[in-house]
Amino acid sequence: MKQVTLSKENILGLIAIGLFVLMSISVPGFLSSNNLTNMMFQLPEFGLFALAMMVVIVTGGIDLSITYTAALAGVAIAILSSNGYPMIIAILGGIAVGLLCGFMNGFIIAKIGVSPILVTLGTMVLFEGLILSITKGNSISGFSPEYTLIGNGYYLGLIPLSIIIFLFVAILTSVLLNKTVWGRSVYMVGSNPVASLFSGVNNSKVLMKVYLYSALLAAIASIIMTSRYNTVKVDLGSSYLLQSVAAAVLGGTEIQGGYGKVIGTLYAVMIFQMISSGLNLMGVPRPIVTVIMGVILIAVLIINFIKVKADENKQKKLAETA
Amino acid sequence: MSEYLLQMLNISKTFPGVKALDDVKLEVKKGEVHALIGENGAGKSTLIKILAGVYQPDPGAQFFFEGKEAKIRRPIDATMRGISIIYQDLSLFPNLSVAENIYIGRDSDKHSWKKVDWALMEKTAKKALKELDFEIDVSTPVEKLSIAQQQMVEIARALAFDAKLIVMDEPTSSLSAGEVEKLYEVIFSLKKRGISIIFVSHKLKELFTVSDRFTVLRDGKYVGTYHANELTEEKLITLMVGRKILYEKNKEKAASGKTLLEVRNLAKEGNFKDISFELREGEVLGITGLVGSGRTELAQAIFGINRPYKGDIIINGQKTVIKSSEEAVKKGIAYIPESRKTQGLILRQSIINNISLPVLKKLKNKFLLINRRKEIELAEHYIQSLDVRPPLPYRAAGDLSGGNQQKVVIGKWLSTNPKILIIDEPTNGIDIGAKSEIHKLLRGLAANGMGIIVISSELPEVLAVSDRIIVMRHGRIAGELGIHEATQESIMNLALLGQKGKIREEAQL
Repeated sequence: MKQVTLSKENILGLIAIGLFVLMSISVPGFLSSNNLTNMMFQLPEFGLFALAMMVVIVTGGIDLSITYTAALAGVAIAILSSNGYPMIIAILGGIAVGLLCGFMNGFIIAKIGVSPILVTLGTMVLFEGLILSITKGNSISGFSPEYTLIGNGYYLGLIPLSIIIFLFVAILTSVLLNKTVWGRSVYMVGSNPVASLFSGVNNSKVLMKVYLYSALLAAIASIIMTSRYNTVKVDLGSSYLLQSVAAAVLGGTEIQGGYGKVIGTLYAVMIFQMISSGLNLMGVPRPIVTVIMGVILIAVLIINFIKVKADENKQKKLAETA
Repeated sequence: MSEYLLQMLNISKTFPGVKALDDVKLEVKKGEVHALIGENGAGKSTLIKILAGVYQPDPGAQFFFEGKEAKIRRPIDATMRGISIIYQDLSLFPNLSVAENIYIGRDSDKHSWKKVDWALMEKTAKKALKELDFEIDVSTPVEKLSIAQQQMVEIARALAFDAKLIVMDEPTSSLSAGEVEKLYEVIFSLKKRGISIIFVSHKLKELFTVSDRFTVLRDGKYVGTYHANELTEEKLITLMVGRKILYEKNKEKAASGKTLLEVRNLAKEGNFKDISFELREGEVLGITGLVGSGRTELAQAIFGINRPYKGDIIINGQKTVIKSSEEAVKKGIAYIPESRKTQGLILRQSIINNISLPVLKKLKNKFLLINRRKEIELAEHYIQSLDVRPPLPYRAAGDLSGGNQQKVVIGKWLSTNPKILIIDEPTNGIDIGAKSEIHKLLRGLAANGMGIIVISSELPEVLAVSDRIIVMRHGRIAGELGIHEATQESIMNLALLGQKGKIREEAQL
């Protein structure tokens, strides 16, 4: 007999659907094509940061430099394009700068062994400083018209290009995490780094790739953001930094590592997006929206904690009777 | 009033699946130094923890202190009655001062909001230190002190609590010779003042120097209590080891094939020194010695996770430098660590994911993805051949019993097809039935040509599986015994005294 279990992710999925239905009925204009495309344009950048953060958190780490990595990559693209380099070179240059940031985090965390929260706090300040000294605090623009298509264009005149890029990255991340040796190792290192080391896993190689991957996703988010806004500044996407941690955790990722799924993070990002857009349409002032988000997040975390405790007790009772 | 300060009678302690103490007794007279002795796992620590209030004994235990029945439910009860425990890994607060460490723990329940009386704290600390004749600035943070000085602070703390009984668990394990002398002096002066001391140690010589009486435990049972003058070192060892044989001694003849592994003059600062031995195809080499004699560190050096070391490791005749566990696996070395739960398995992951972990790279299909079907087949193969129960591959490893967990770890390493298998405490915390199953399995693997190193503290186990036995002591090889000449006594002689007696002379001829 096959049992349909209500995993964390399935519950979140139901909540996301319920929320969509609720918003559609109660919020006028929620289902309008205008609002729907708006949401589809806003979701990818946040979603990319959340996925990047999720992968790092699964290893038991965190990447606080993620939005500044994106901003630095954006600055590189802006400088290259305004100096007349072709779009593809500019993009590759931006990605290279992002990967360099990721390599720096990975090297200090994985090879030297300093704790991720400290390292990425340090590199966050470092990258911010670099951007400020390059831009002098101003915003840079001068992207080519075809570049701005990435963040603003449609596929078949209907679906935003950016959301297609995002879905592609989400599927790629899911495949990498679930089907490759690296992905499996990410979960193993996150669950118990000592045991994975004792099993012949090269922990530091695994971690290095994790920070490179998160930087890569940050660079992609940067491309989408800069092309959408047609400008780059030091605080590009900086409001997503802690939101992405929140989304990953709301999506079921365990902050101490070892567990986390792409689909859960995806649902969490969608829930955040719907609440934010819905409340906006209802005319709720922005600060109050933030308050409501905070309350929801805390509530979900408490419920999660209680559920985990209850499961543990159940396990203990089972073990005793066995 | 009775002549005993402490009487613990009918003490038993059952942990799930294990009876750690079985009807043990411990009686300590006022003002005596009482040695508590036994092999690893004999139950010394459990008994001390019951005395300290960390564990509760099974019902039926009787506990008298100063002639009156005493109930010790929590550590604070023991402290308040004047029982102080000084654990091997000292339990001071490194960043607090000497005075704070001596004073800490009093009134903490009732007056936690009250202002700290710094003057009184300093006075108390100075007084206690003076009684020990130990001069030190009481404002020094404890982390700046040597181990010996920290120990003095612990003893001073005990005195500040008006201790009547002080338990010292392996107090000399990290002291220099001079510091040990100083500790003896302190012990004698405490004794003169009528304070009783329970002394736990593996060093027989020093036990005879300081102790008045000995209580011997073996396999969680009480063997007896003896006056120092009734005993000799040899007699004590016989009492600790007993005559009981759990498993049959290995009688098979080792197929001595070619040398798989050779270790030459291996050394690592603070771990081990001058280690040379060979491991041949088809043989089981037992490595034993007390916990802390460097066995595990040696194994981890060979497996590439305890670096850097000096000396050479030669595999299949080729000098090899193993820089990581990943390389060790590639070279055909498997290492099954001591702690299944923290080092051997990833408990939350399924049996499948645990078994496939070291060989994932070999399970890739042409798209570089893990071939899940092959992976499941691999797990099912080992679940069947090792008889893991329940045979459910998707179960989390943490849900299995100890013996079945160990089978999963073994399966995981067999999947790498190792030439050399190092297994550290193979049957730690496993019930008897599963133990002999694992012993048989190891013999079978050796018969098929694998070279196996078994590290174990359980002498009957070492005797049951090994063809040769290396005994380590203080990080060095104290001696090597062939299975025909090895007995529990001859091994303990080497492990404790570093002497081989007659056997060594024969070997030198």
